Amino acid sequence: MDLIFEGIKKAFWLLITFDPEVMGITLLSLGVSGSATLISLLIGISTGVIVALSEFPGRRIAISLINTGMGLPPVVVGLFVTIFLWRNGPLGFFGILYTPTAIIIAQTVIATPIVMGITLAAIQQLPKKLRLQILALGATRLQMVWILIKEARLPLLAAVMAGFGGVISEVGASIMVGGNIKGYSRVLTTATVMETSRGNFDIAIALGIILLLLAYFINLILTQIQQRERPR
Amino acid sequence: MQSAEFGMERGSKDYKPILGIVNLEVKRGGITTLNIPSLFVQEGELLSLIGPNGAGKTTLLQTLSYLIKPSQGKIYFKGEELNSTRPVFEYRRKFAMVFQEPLLFDTTVFGNVASGLKIRGMNGMEIRSRVTEQLDRLGISHLSHRSAKTLSGGEAQRTSLARAFAIQPEVLLLDEPFSSLDPPSRDSIIEDLVGILRQTRTTTVFATHDRLEALRLSNRIAVMNDGRIQQIGSPGEVMNHPANEFVASFVGVETILTGKVIKKNGGTFIISISGQEIEAVGEAQIGEAVLLCIRPENVILSTRPSRETTSARNVFPGRIEKVISLGLYQKVQLNCGFPLIAYVTHHSIENLSLQVGKEVTASFKATAIHVVRRKQK
Amino acid sequence: MKRMIGTRIILWTIVSLFILMGSSTVLAQTKTVILSTTTSTQDSGLLDVLIPIFEKNTGYFVKTIAVGSGQAMAMGQKGEADVLLVHSQAAEKKIVAEGYGINRRIIMHNDFIIVGPSEDQAKIKGMKSASESFKKIASAKALFLSRGDNSGTHSKEKDIWKAAGINPEGGKWYQQTGLGMGQTLNVTAEKKGYTLTDRGTYLALKKNLGLDILVEGDAILLNIYHVIEVNPAKWPKVNAAGGKSFADFMVSKETQDIIRTFGVEKFGSPLFFPDAGKKEEELGSKRFLPLPLDGGGCGWG
Repeated sequence: MDLIFEGIKKAFWLLITFDPEVMGITLLSLGVSGSATLISLLIGISTGVIVALSEFPGRRIAISLINTGMGLPPVVVGLFVTIFLWRNGPLGFFGILYTPTAIIIAQTVIATPIVMGITLAAIQQLPKKLRLQILALGATRLQMVWILIKEARLPLLAAVMAGFGGVISEVGASIMVGGNIKGYSRVLTTATVMETSRGNFDIAIALGIILLLLAYFINLILTQIQQRERPR
Repeated sequence: MQSAEFGMERGSKDYKPILGIVNLEVKRGGITTLNIPSLFVQEGELLSLIGPNGAGKTTLLQTLSYLIKPSQGKIYFKGEELNSTRPVFEYRRKFAMVFQEPLLFDTTVFGNVASGLKIRGMNGMEIRSRVTEQLDRLGISHLSHRSAKTLSGGEAQRTSLARAFAIQPEVLLLDEPFSSLDPPSRDSIIEDLVGILRQTRTTTVFATHDRLEALRLSNRIAVMNDGRIQQIGSPGEVMNHPANEFVASFVGVETILTGKVIKKNGGTFIISISGQEIEAVGEAQIGEAVLLCIRPENVILSTRPSRETTSARNVFPGRIEKVISLGLYQKVQLNCGFPLIAYVTHHSIENLSLQVGKEVTASFKATAIHVVRRKQK
Repeated sequence: MKRMIGTRIILWTIVSLFILMGSSTVLAQTKTVILSTTTSTQDSGLLDVLIPIFEKNTGYFVKTIAVGSGQAMAMGQKGEADVLLVHSQAAEKKIVAEGYGINRRIIMHNDFIIVGPSEDQAKIKGMKSASESFKKIASAKALFLSRGDNSGTHSKEKDIWKAAGINPEGGKWYQQTGLGMGQTLNVTAEKKGYTLTDRGTYLALKKNLGLDILVEGDAILLNIYHVIEVNPAKWPKVNAAGGKSFADFMVSKETQDIIRTFGVEKFGSPLFFPDAGKKEEELGSKRFLPLPLDGGGCGWG
């Protein structure tokens, strides 16, 4: 039990003194996972909307692939991204293995199916005639898509939180493709693993607490947005 | 071109179509759901579409605003043919459509009514003034800041209407908008709607399965079945001069009899039905088989023996087989040698002590009979 | 239009990805050195001291990838690293023999120790021979935790079993964790078992572990670190200049001096012993014992 108290004490100390290394790791975590979430939102929401609204051969298969993707094991993603980004691999010429960019890529691959799947369900759940009503109001197809997204904003914001939550807490792929390099590609989760393995439990617990706080505050903001939009 | 088919002759000076369709066909899954050789909607008129479920009313409305793409045929708006040179949404913006469900957005009433205007990129001040005007007209100003999800059925449908009027459409399309409302809400909304339409003179096409609604509100009625327009004309025409058996039964002609013309005499002729002779007015050939349509309101019952009181030529003794209550009045089924149906008030039932089994005299004027000649279509 | 939206979004995403990637390839490949080493080496903290010095001196950016020994070697073999800092004799010799590794030079050594619970049910405390102590553990069927991950530690452990003439696999008392050294020590402490560990990791975790050092000093327990450059002839994409620069740095006098004193302040005894320039055989011939440690671990409070 002392250990946990030690950890909490350490966490406060690191935060209050704005320990540069910890600040750096935290900002990197935020930056990497934030970027990955944003990209996955772009790809995920647009694809989810398109699949939800259109008919095409193989639609069922596409949907089951998306649903499977939602449960994709992150370490498997990490493994495959690593193999692709190896120097001698197909995308090696980019030279981005063991960089924060690689972490962003892996995390985007992890988050995108989650966002896609939730968007798909959210749009499909809207009344079928709503689409007609929007078109009847003279909307262009782009306007219609935007209005549908706004109508589904509650579950879509849940998708954002799910996507972000999934990647801010991800460790396996992040270690594999990022290399956990000090001051460069070390994020909260990978640093926690390393400190644990080194026996620095107090630091590990501190990092864990900071990670939890970070996740909590981001979700607090998103929840505010989600719930604020609802008129009384 | 029969006026009964188009309701308005092409050459007449009142003829000013805002919307026209020619040879329109809509197919879904290989089946033709709509087949209309021609239809012209007059500017400023209120045209009702009545017919059973599946008749094609909704399909027609959605095709008019190009929400459904026809498999063949042309659509004209103010004389200009609709084609692919201009984007569809431009055409659709001339219309406003209100569905049976309010289909409101998850925002305030104000936000909903403004949505059509936002789509058109109008600026905030103008939106505010237009929306306020419509909320006033539909009597929902006090709901302006309420969430759409908290409205009652009537309030929601008023919001949907306000949203439609806010964009000042050239043609208003209503697809059974009041069917899900309770009668008091319905009556109240219809009254307000009629007031607005009178004021704005908006061309309206109104689908409903309630004949009485159509009768009350329309300039013209189109009766639809199986994807086709069976008849189109003024309410009086359609109600009293149904073009065929389907229309007749749909508009509430309860008695439809088949008979053969046996005598002719100037402007009248005699039809033989089940051994009885009925006199009707009109043109027909001897030996021709015709349909006789007799509206139940035009059948008069009396307990006095036949050939005594009325000036009606058609007086028949009959026996009451059934009395069915229709709420405000009673439907009396008679057997006069042929089946005959009369609508009678409660008052009369009491006065004449009408009941099942009683022998009465039924009479109707020759002019009250609508004759449908079996045409070769 | 749906195709249009999709295309626009895909294009936009690809563009932003390129921008992102571009910003990181600003660190052009010639300036990056990929150093592949083991988790135990990284966990000792030595590299945290050395790497910044190297980077400052040379301007290279070192990407230290700490993985299991097996993976470290494999990275060298596949040309995915520029230089290796490892401690796995047999595998190292193989990689040099196959031509993937060149200029294998000795850097330093530390030693392994056998640790276990103070109860010491197999009664191996103080034994001089590692292999004999393993024999005793086996015959007592005492719980032994192996890393089982082809790391340097695991290889050493296998060597000792071989020397003892015992095949421990299959015995219920022999469990393989597949984890790093720190975690394996934790599991060993929890289960009150025996394990083989490098001294450095043990010292780092000692405070909270509750395990005692039971056998040390046997020559076979020496853990020798070499630096190996990856052969550019086999893999042209390798940063040969950078790899060589790092290897030279590791054997330089300044670096060796730092290694000599690393850990003394924290643990009272250095974690590593610099050996650059020496021959391997020189090390093996002496019986080796570290300076006495400050005793009395705290155990769980």
